[in-house]
Amino acid sequence: MKLHEYQSKRIFARYGVPIPQGDVAITPEQARQIAARLDRRVVVKAQVLVGGRGKAGGIRLAHNPDEAERMADQILGMNIKGLTVKKVLVDEAAAIDTEIYLGIVIDRARRRAVMMASAEGGVEIEEVARVTPERIVKIAIDPFLGLQAYQGRELAFGIGLRKELVGDFVQIAQGLYTAFVECDASLAEINPLVVTDEGRLLAVDGKILLDDNALFRHFELAEMRDADEETPEEQEARRHGLSYVKLDGEIGCMVNGAGLAMATMDITRLYGGAPANFLDIGGGAQADKVAAALRIILSDPNVRAVLFNIFGGITRCDEVARGILTALKEVPTQVPMVARLVGTHEEEGRRILAEAQMITAATLAEAAQKAVAAARANRPTGRE
Amino acid sequence: MSILVNKETRLLVQGITGREGEFHTRQMVEYGTNVVAGVTPGKGGGWVAGVPVFDTVREAVEATEANASILYVPARFAPDAILEAADAGIRVVVCITEGIPVLDMIKVRAHLERTATRLIGPNCPGVITPGEAKVGIMPGHIHTPGPIGVVSRSGTLTYEVVYALTAHGLGQSTAIGIGGDPIVGTDFIDILKLFEEDPQTEQVVLIGEIGGTDEQRAAEFIARYMTKPVTAFIAGQTAPPGKRMGHAGAIIEGGEGTAAEKIAAFEAVGVRVASHPEQIADLVAQLA
Repeated sequence: MKLHEYQSKRIFARYGVPIPQGDVAITPEQARQIAARLDRRVVVKAQVLVGGRGKAGGIRLAHNPDEAERMADQILGMNIKGLTVKKVLVDEAAAIDTEIYLGIVIDRARRRAVMMASAEGGVEIEEVARVTPERIVKIAIDPFLGLQAYQGRELAFGIGLRKELVGDFVQIAQGLYTAFVECDASLAEINPLVVTDEGRLLAVDGKILLDDNALFRHFELAEMRDADEETPEEQEARRHGLSYVKLDGEIGCMVNGAGLAMATMDITRLYGGAPANFLDIGGGAQADKVAAALRIILSDPNVRAVLFNIFGGITRCDEVARGILTALKEVPTQVPMVARLVGTHEEEGRRILAEAQMITAATLAEAAQKAVAAARANRPTGRE
Repeated sequence: MSILVNKETRLLVQGITGREGEFHTRQMVEYGTNVVAGVTPGKGGGWVAGVPVFDTVREAVEATEANASILYVPARFAPDAILEAADAGIRVVVCITEGIPVLDMIKVRAHLERTATRLIGPNCPGVITPGEAKVGIMPGHIHTPGPIGVVSRSGTLTYEVVYALTAHGLGQSTAIGIGGDPIVGTDFIDILKLFEEDPQTEQVVLIGEIGGTDEQRAAEFIARYMTKPVTAFIAGQTAPPGKRMGHAGAIIEGGEGTAAEKIAAFEAVGVRVASHPEQIADLVAQLA
């Protein structure tokens, strides 16, 4: 789960990380009031859960309250990479001397949280890693000891920070790590961490990704979820305990198990099709869950054929077949369907589907080829 | 021979009185696994599927000499249960549970590195040595004893491959799901090492997926140390970046962990990569 910039920075501030003064507005009038209260130059920043806000015109400088109101009016309602801006953050504008990067990620290969710092702030760390990897300093953090002061100093000196700022930097680094751990984050970054022209460190922008698996112990964080992070179909899927990701192809896929679901998507492409989605119904899915999954798949207007690939272990093929029939009663459709059911109760499952005049297949390769052919035949005329 | 579990395995089931625990205990017993004990705190003294239940792992080990354990414990209690098994001296711990927080797993794994315990999983289907012991949730009947070692990050995709192997008359020495989480107890390399040393295993099938760099490190290991042929498959070639594909660990982040780079890493060291799951069995059959 992603947190907005203003949410992330407020969390950082609780752990002693200095952030600019500012507040959130949902109307231009509120933006004006905040700017008037701050009584100095402000930055009006779109709060949307995508990168590249600046390039899209979602971050603007305002010299007075009237200008702040005008900027907020332009930014609110703006569409940035498919998301509508509903909130702006109005922050005091920092007088920037230099910009640095400070962040924590999970390093899977080292099996540790790793803190990274770079003198190249304000640009994406992936970009720095690609172009000038030698400019990133990394420290692996022992989960039992936490971030030690000397490690913070190594980062500070490693990026060439002025020595009078090192003490403050170490406190910020330790605050950031504590925030990371106490929120169960999978990423926490300050980018840029600014050195102001008064020689102070200030977290001008921030980002936190939370570990969804740990939200059960963070009710207050879980409530911060912005529904825009997921499409309505993804939200619907989550409510039913399904894992769904929308893609832009034309073959809807329903599979049990994440790895097999990916392999099923891939094989449609191998035979010249394109998957419309990733969908894992999970282990032991019952008929109602299968019906919900089919409704979600068919709600995508691009879908020209549906491919069911069920490997019955805990999941019973007859249960899945019944779920498909239940869903088809609710959502009548002309979309052709190809089913491949193998494993527990497969004969019963196939018998149920044969009654529904569904195309069946014995192997995954055969099922994929039939689905691709069915999708082609079902394209509206005049479109290729 | 085989790896990790066999006829000598004396299995303990943690969370044996839960719905999943009880169901799979019956399945494992039916398969012929020697299940000697179960643990559910507060349910000691009872019985499940003819297996005695204890309150603590230590008690269960003292009474039954259990040497392996499998967990059907909810995510929020699973790290504690893994540590309890390790502290009682269990050598092989299989964690089926999905949804354990990553920071918990970092601590668990860091601690286990100081012990003799090997953790398989979490978020995995378990381990099976066909005809000897099933320590997991996989359908036992699709497996058959033989010379092919199987290691995978997935569940049902592994069944799909095993099913095709069996249909080709290619039995398995041991099949292991190492789990779909970002931090797991055992990596591909650990299992490749065991298969390389196991006399029964003649060939290895490795099933990877997008996310992380475990497959790339496996490719380096294969190039340096493996004498037995390895056939691979990588799921997620059509997965978009930045989206989690079901498994917590199956995500392309910062441009890293794509299927293309993993396939390239394997092909660069001469590992044959199948273009779809059923083709794996064909490739393995060519060398059998």
